[in-house]
Amino acid sequence: MFRFLLDGSSGVPPYLQLVHQVRQALLLGYLQEGDRLPTVKDVAADLVINPNTVVKAYRQLEHEGLAGGRPGQGTFITATATPVAPEAQESLRASLEAWLRAAAEAGMSDDAVTALIAAARHDMRKERV
Amino acid sequence: MSEHDAGRGVPALRAEHLGRRYGKVWGLRDCTLEVPAGTVAALVGPNGAGKTTLLEMIIGLLEPTEGQVSVFGETSHADTAETLARVGYVAQDHPLYRDFTIADTFHLGRSMNPRWDQGLAEARMDTLGIPLKKKVKSLSGGQQAQVSLTMALAKRAPLLVLDEPVSSLDPIARLEFMRDVMATAADSTLSFLISSHVVSELERFCDWLIVLAHGHVQLSGPVDDLLGAHRLLTVPRATPDAELPGTVIERTDSDRHSSVLVRADDAEAAVRGRAGWQADTVSFEPLVMGYLQRGSHQSNPVPAERPGPSTKAVTS
Repeated sequence: MFRFLLDGSSGVPPYLQLVHQVRQALLLGYLQEGDRLPTVKDVAADLVINPNTVVKAYRQLEHEGLAGGRPGQGTFITATATPVAPEAQESLRASLEAWLRAAAEAGMSDDAVTALIAAARHDMRKERV
Repeated sequence: MSEHDAGRGVPALRAEHLGRRYGKVWGLRDCTLEVPAGTVAALVGPNGAGKTTLLEMIIGLLEPTEGQVSVFGETSHADTAETLARVGYVAQDHPLYRDFTIADTFHLGRSMNPRWDQGLAEARMDTLGIPLKKKVKSLSGGQQAQVSLTMALAKRAPLLVLDEPVSSLDPIARLEFMRDVMATAADSTLSFLISSHVVSELERFCDWLIVLAHGHVQLSGPVDDLLGAHRLLTVPRATPDAELPGTVIERTDSDRHSSVLVRADDAEAAVRGRAGWQADTVSFEPLVMGYLQRGSHQSNPVPAERPGPSTKAVTS
């Protein structure tokens, strides 16, 4: 059975941490279509967190089409993540390196780059939700 | 899960202009808030903020001086059997009769509560491995807390109020106690109101946050909504509050820049393209601390625009 972790000091809301862990496990292949997620009560007791947080995370996963509830049986993974193809990854890496060189030439420090990426990602995530 | 479905829609807790005066001093004033059924609400505030006053009016140990408070639609009155039976209460120091056995303690509970669930009480002791013939004084602090929680649960009350339930426990006992509370919350439709000083621990337990300071409600709402509604701005020092987006909650001025906690929907738009301006999301603890510190230095101007009816400015 899949088990969640919680980082109390990360600043990321607990329900988002749970969502991220399922997304990541899907990408890495540790969760697959048909796998059952632990019950709300089991996660609440295991992590010592509010069960409503778990419910909210599972709802978000359902909303994203990654999981689905079956009445009386629990919540199951309904999607299979397609791993990023090696060619796509190569091309993304090349464009990222070009961008990073441009950022360095413009005088951006590593921290500033990280902050800019976080800000852009934050804005994109807000548009998506 | 169907025990309290009938109560859905009716808030677990509603206070309207609730106040209590001790002589000339108001312990709590103009407290208006509503907590929906099924939530785990955290009540946060410094000593003297009015937490205990609020809790005691909810559970019927104290009569309001003005306004009223209701639990699942029924108004609380001090020292009435109906009010006392409607709310389960776990007090800070878990007051139990030390020379009683667990069985005696449950017998007392049964005689005082019309809906007492003896089966639930005994099953919980069995699960926890605490024999009914044991005396209270022979139990560990953690076990005494578990007995107190069991007494509150066996009343079959739809709202459980826990006043600093883990402050006297060691870290492992705290964790086990809260694990039990969270599992109970998952298994039932009970609503919880938990008061605590330990802000850092609360985020994982609660989905509703109430901040009390200086006898007034500073903040009350769903945790995720509150986090989404606030931003931590970094701006040049000289920037006056009036030029900042939303309502300023708390600001820290450095030599050249200021860090400002604001309640604003459009903070990202306001900082975009302005050199030296940045808006970051705020996490749970800084949000709570911002509101707790807000009233502490009175030089802070009270914002003209107030976010909602539940965030009254300090007037006393």
